[in-house]
Amino acid sequence: MNKNLKEQVLRSSGVNVLKCMRCGKCSGTCPSYDEMEYHPHQFVYMVERGDIETLMNSKSIYKCLTCFACVDRCPRNVEPAKVVEAVRLAAVRQQGNNHMNPNQIPEMLDDDMPQQAIVTAFRKYIK
Amino acid sequence: METFTYYPGCTLRTKAKILDVYARASAEALGITLEEPADWQCCGGAYTTAKDEIATKLSAIRTLNAAKTAGRPLITVCSACHNVIKQTNYDILHDEEMASKVNNYLKLDEPYCGETTIYHYLEMLRDVIGFDELAKHVTNPLKGKKIAAYYGCLLLRPSKALAMDDPENPTIIENFIRAIGGTPVIYAQRNECCGGYIALEDKAQAQKRSSSVMKSAEDQGAEMIITACPLCMYNLKKNSDSTLPVYYFTEILAEALGIKGDVNE
Ligand code: SF4
Ligand code: SF4
Ligand code: SF4
Repeated sequence: MNKNLKEQVLRSSGVNVLKCMRCGKCSGTCPSYDEMEYHPHQFVYMVERGDIETLMNSKSIYKCLTCFACVDRCPRNVEPAKVVEAVRLAAVRQQGNNHMNPNQIPEMLDDDMPQQAIVTAFRKYIK
Repeated sequence: METFTYYPGCTLRTKAKILDVYARASAEALGITLEEPADWQCCGGAYTTAKDEIATKLSAIRTLNAAKTAGRPLITVCSACHNVIKQTNYDILHDEEMASKVNNYLKLDEPYCGETTIYHYLEMLRDVIGFDELAKHVTNPLKGKKIAAYYGCLLLRPSKALAMDDPENPTIIENFIRAIGGTPVIYAQRNECCGGYIALEDKAQAQKRSSSVMKSAEDQGAEMIITACPLCMYNLKKNSDSTLPVYYFTEILAEALGIKGDVNE
């Protein structure tokens, strides 16, 4: 395990993973559950274990919709979405590891796609 | 006539112009002028919760500070802008390190410390004007229309920062619907996500989410669904298999106030 990486994710998220009681409510309420290989409660305990690279290499980090359902519904106020965000940032901040290339964007658009979707994708996927 | 600082955001200038024009016209009809700050910047569409992200938070702080300088509350209407701006302000108030880093960078005449009051347009209707007062201005009530309020995700959550309504049993849009003469329809998916920006990359997932929201509203007998979010509008219209009409809440507000025909879309 990479201790620096774990510390970076803990600091960046501001989450205390030790508060989690593994009830799974965050994953139960997650609208992306079916699309994720690792679910919100797994992010929390894998970060606790220091198993960050597995998460960084999983497509799950690009499946979170940032809907904050897990944040509001966690009975222990762990705020799992902040962990997902911190892991994704650790991944896209690596040199050459942007998840989206601006040149790809035009082909993803149609006439009605709101700008909001594009700026959000930039925020999430590109550093 | 009262004046508030108003932040439209990028999408209301482009794909969601009608959300904006009906918001302004309706506010005028209700005695409120919405004034944009000069040179506002896009909020970024999503709040970055990471504590070590500073640059991505600056544009929202510039908007908040513009309202503070003007000495007025800040009104937002797009769910996403509202979410970004309220979360930014919450963190300025609760995270000293973030507040000191952004102020160190921005070098404002006076540090910004979370002074601005932020109202979503719906909160302005509820808390500044009052739904009873709004009802008195309705000349063209949407009588008997069964309207489903779609909150989506960003309007209410995270509730501790947005502090707008009960995140699980919200009433603000339902009470708005009552004020304009309609009948609110309660359905299970009203505060679940439509898929949001994933539509760009994974259309199938957006279709799954949006179809499920629309079906949930239809099953409860809705005749139309209303939203405050351009991305919800896009997903519900384009990425669902339903034909239930979707409107911005400002458009039906203008209709109820009898001013819709006077507005240039
Ligand atoms: S914020 Fe992300 S992880 Fe949390 S419930 Fe929503 S989609 Fe799932
Ligand atoms: S809901 Fe909260 S306490 Fe329960 S598993 Fe998820 S993070 Fe842990
Ligand atoms: S577009 Fe979807 S992601 Fe955005 S507020 Fe609406 S429900 Fe949430």
